[in-house]
Amino acid sequence: MADLNKLYQAILTGDQKTAVAVTEEALAEKIDPQVLINQAMIPAMTEAGNKFECEEYFVPELLLAARAMKASLALLRPLLAERGATPVGRVVIGTAKGDLHDIGKNLVASMLEGGGFEVHDLGADVPAEKFVAAVREKNPHLVCMSALLTVTMPAMRTTIQALQEAGVRQQVKVMVGGAPVTPDYAREIGADGYADNASSAVKKARELLAA
Amino acid sequence: MVSGRVILTDGAWGTELQALGLGPDELPDLWNLAHPERVEQVARAYVEAGSEIILTNTFRANRLGAGGRILPPALAEVNRAGVEISRRAAAGRARVFASIGPSGKLLIEGAVTEDELRAAFSEQAEALCAAGADGLLIETMSDLTEAAIAVAAAKATGLVVVATMVFDSGKNRDRTMMGVSPEQAAEALAAAGADVIGANCGNGIAAYVPICARLRAATGLPVWIKPNAGLPELEAGRVVYRTSPEEFARHVPELVRAGANYIGGCCGTNPAFIRAARAALERACA
Repeated sequence: MADLNKLYQAILTGDQKTAVAVTEEALAEKIDPQVLINQAMIPAMTEAGNKFECEEYFVPELLLAARAMKASLALLRPLLAERGATPVGRVVIGTAKGDLHDIGKNLVASMLEGGGFEVHDLGADVPAEKFVAAVREKNPHLVCMSALLTVTMPAMRTTIQALQEAGVRQQVKVMVGGAPVTPDYAREIGADGYADNASSAVKKARELLAA
Repeated sequence: MVSGRVILTDGAWGTELQALGLGPDELPDLWNLAHPERVEQVARAYVEAGSEIILTNTFRANRLGAGGRILPPALAEVNRAGVEISRRAAAGRARVFASIGPSGKLLIEGAVTEDELRAAFSEQAEALCAAGADGLLIETMSDLTEAAIAVAAAKATGLVVVATMVFDSGKNRDRTMMGVSPEQAAEALAAAGADVIGANCGNGIAAYVPICARLRAATGLPVWIKPNAGLPELEAGRVVYRTSPEEFARHVPELVRAGANYIGGCCGTNPAFIRAARAALERACA
């Protein structure tokens, strides 16, 4: 009998091999994938996120947990698709134009994926037009942007304006982040939300989509 | 234990170049070719302020750090020009340590391999060495494996190698983003062949006094400290750094007592900070 607690621990400690093995075992036993996700995987990622916020975990531990989660999730995906299960939400993510720093953005993308979101990553140094095109094409619920440099922060405002001009601003929520970004700045440029780290980004994303 | 005089290094380049018109979309390193006179202006201002070691405008000039925006052979040109500009500005009055920044990619994420890091850092270190740098500075590192690879690549040139990491994370703000402590950094950077180890950027100068003391206790190598002027804040849409040159200089004697051998500034500092630090060092040693 597949051990859900073992799966939880494997993801929490970033042990990808064990996470995959337990997931395979569970699938062979015809355990409902949704049970695995809700009872082991999401709680494990939530706990990893808590440890990160308490600064008990650092970036490597969080990334390893996300990687273990993604490997397990990849095994479940075909089954979920078969059942017509929909993701928690669809996200388009990228760094602000002119900003090559993508470590934070990648971490947020991994955590969102780990949290059950479908993530379309546009990469780094993403021009406003590219965000607009992605919103039209992917029809996301959420657009996430980050800037590490104070000089690239204004590019996020430009992107929000471009979404407005293209007439697609109302169909998405916009969340921003990055070292120099503050909640005040997020409000000032017309974003719907702000998160100050990868773990709180997942919580904020859920909040925004529930609103 | 290293004793003797404290050597003053320089302050920030990026924020100074922005003041001279560097745009948000521009890679500062490309100005070595596009506006060498403005880059030299920054370098010269530090020499005139009393810097005994100045850096080069080459922080991102490796194939990974430049994110594909500068490709070989232009990369070698940017590095060569960076060293030449600083040497012209130094005019024999300061030594030139060439700056090598992080790749911006995480090994643990699989975004880059160790071999790719080795190749990129070697390529840059060799270009900087060939251009006549007096030493190489591996700076703003957060991952110990990447830092050690960069140090080994720099060391292969035969030049003096300084290696510094950013301690700004964790409950006590005494770890790198990747969780590395000053003690772990001291051991691994020395093992990789660094001649000088230290800390740069961070959370302002006061926070680096205890970090400096811990590095000092953990190593027999000289210690290099280059803190920022605090974290940038936005004021009515403008970026400001809260620490003043006078406040920065007040902590300089504390850094000396904590065992620093090289002192300078990172983001948000400028020649006024270096002048104030110079005066503080002269008072401290008088």
